[in-house]
Amino acid sequence: MLIKKPDDIKSSEITTEDEYMNRRTFLAAAGVATAGVLASGKIASAFMPTVAQDDKPNTWEEITGYNNYYEFGTDKDDPAANATKFRTRPWTVKVDGLVKKPADYQFEDLVKPFKLQDRTYRFRCVEAWSMVIPWQGIPLADMIKRFEPLPSAKFVQFTTIMAPDQMPGEREAILPWPYVEGLRMDEAMNPLTLMVTGLYGKTLPNQNGAPLRLITPWKYGFKGIKAITRISFVDKQPRNTWQISNPNEYGFYANVNPEVDHPRWTQASERRIGQFRRQKTLMFNGYADQVAGMYAGMDLRKNF
Amino acid sequence: MKKAPRPEWLVPGTRYLAPAKVGIFLVALVPLAWIGWGFFHDKLGANPIRELEIQTGLWTLRFLAITLSITPARRVFGWNWLVKYRRMLGLFTFFYATVHLSMWSFVDWFFAWGDMWHEIVKHKYILIGMLTWLIMVPLAITSTKGWVRRLGKRWTKLHRLVYAAAITGTIHYLWAVKKDTFFPVVYLATFAMLLAFRVIYARRRSSPARPTRSDEAQAA
Repeated sequence: MLIKKPDDIKSSEITTEDEYMNRRTFLAAAGVATAGVLASGKIASAFMPTVAQDDKPNTWEEITGYNNYYEFGTDKDDPAANATKFRTRPWTVKVDGLVKKPADYQFEDLVKPFKLQDRTYRFRCVEAWSMVIPWQGIPLADMIKRFEPLPSAKFVQFTTIMAPDQMPGEREAILPWPYVEGLRMDEAMNPLTLMVTGLYGKTLPNQNGAPLRLITPWKYGFKGIKAITRISFVDKQPRNTWQISNPNEYGFYANVNPEVDHPRWTQASERRIGQFRRQKTLMFNGYADQVAGMYAGMDLRKNF
Repeated sequence: MKKAPRPEWLVPGTRYLAPAKVGIFLVALVPLAWIGWGFFHDKLGANPIRELEIQTGLWTLRFLAITLSITPARRVFGWNWLVKYRRMLGLFTFFYATVHLSMWSFVDWFFAWGDMWHEIVKHKYILIGMLTWLIMVPLAITSTKGWVRRLGKRWTKLHRLVYAAAITGTIHYLWAVKKDTFFPVVYLATFAMLLAFRVIYARRRSSPARPTRSDEAQAA
């Protein structure tokens, strides 16, 4: 696996969005064929975390122009405007806590051993809008295995870079900075959980969380912490930023759940960006087959 | 007290009144035209329906602030002629509030009455927004000359409800935002100042030491 820097990519090597879409159509068709051979939708879905056919990926403009990234401002178009000069190299990720191999990893060292995977996921914001996004990245599980967490590590905590000189939002007390998120160990190891470095086959744009962000497609978007600079293995459930900021409205789990309403936004339906009519929100954002087992027996109203 | 010079072209009774009203009417439609143009030319970002709701809501609050500034402006600057434009501006506030509500119910929720009812009872910011619009309805209905005459003194009392609408409308905005409460607080402060002006002015008028209208006239 090579690390793509923007300058290194010849224009001839960049997959255009149209070609990309064709490729996705081919992959989807191949997937359907495979599913037919396997004659079992369940098995197929286990191997294909990609989305259903009617979930057409959103455009590059939509994905990179409509972002919640309060470090760069609270308006949806602020991140695209304010993140252009954000420095993503050199980038160090501190790995610490209950692991055998704690270290300060250079970004290149962190991702080099792995082959980037294409994952087109639904993305559901807690504000009741959604997109379909073709990410590239590394399953977090693969990355974590390399750090060799101790059996005592029950949770993974992620921290965004604290760079108020570059991030105007961090100069204001909108949220307690730096942004912190967390996952239970089994959630972190779930095959769907992705450490993202790319979008549409290109380097991840700054406004989408470059150089490294988390994606857990069955959870609300705010779990997808951006510009990760620290990964800690801990034995206690971390308090994530939105939960600290407003514990009545945001929980630790933040699983997409159409039956548990947020005080402000109904979660039963959502507007897919680019579409006129609302659509029903699916339990675990449609990934119940892959994740529901982790929450068996839990009261999801209490653990929202 | 010396009165500020009047912009003559706006003064009622002159031959410019009708054209001025038409002018203000057209200017008041500019925000709607701008928002509509943005919508049809794809300039409202990736989530244009949300933007339609936000912008029409903000313009409702702006028109409300303009409408409520007229009385203080009359008192402070002596521009009594401004009152001739108050009804139109008040009705434009209601107009933008109605467009805002329509965006939510017809565009966002696309006539899904059951879901809308659920939204209203479940989410307090929607409930208070709906309440704000309902408060405005009787004010809009009784804005005609006929109703002003029929209601007499009660008309003034009834129309004090506009302050209730200003407060509930701003709380609606405050509760709708996630974390960035700067602008909701700005609107809240604006309406609080406009209300405070009226309260203070009413106190001064009712206190015995105040200069009477005839005193002021003599001084002038």
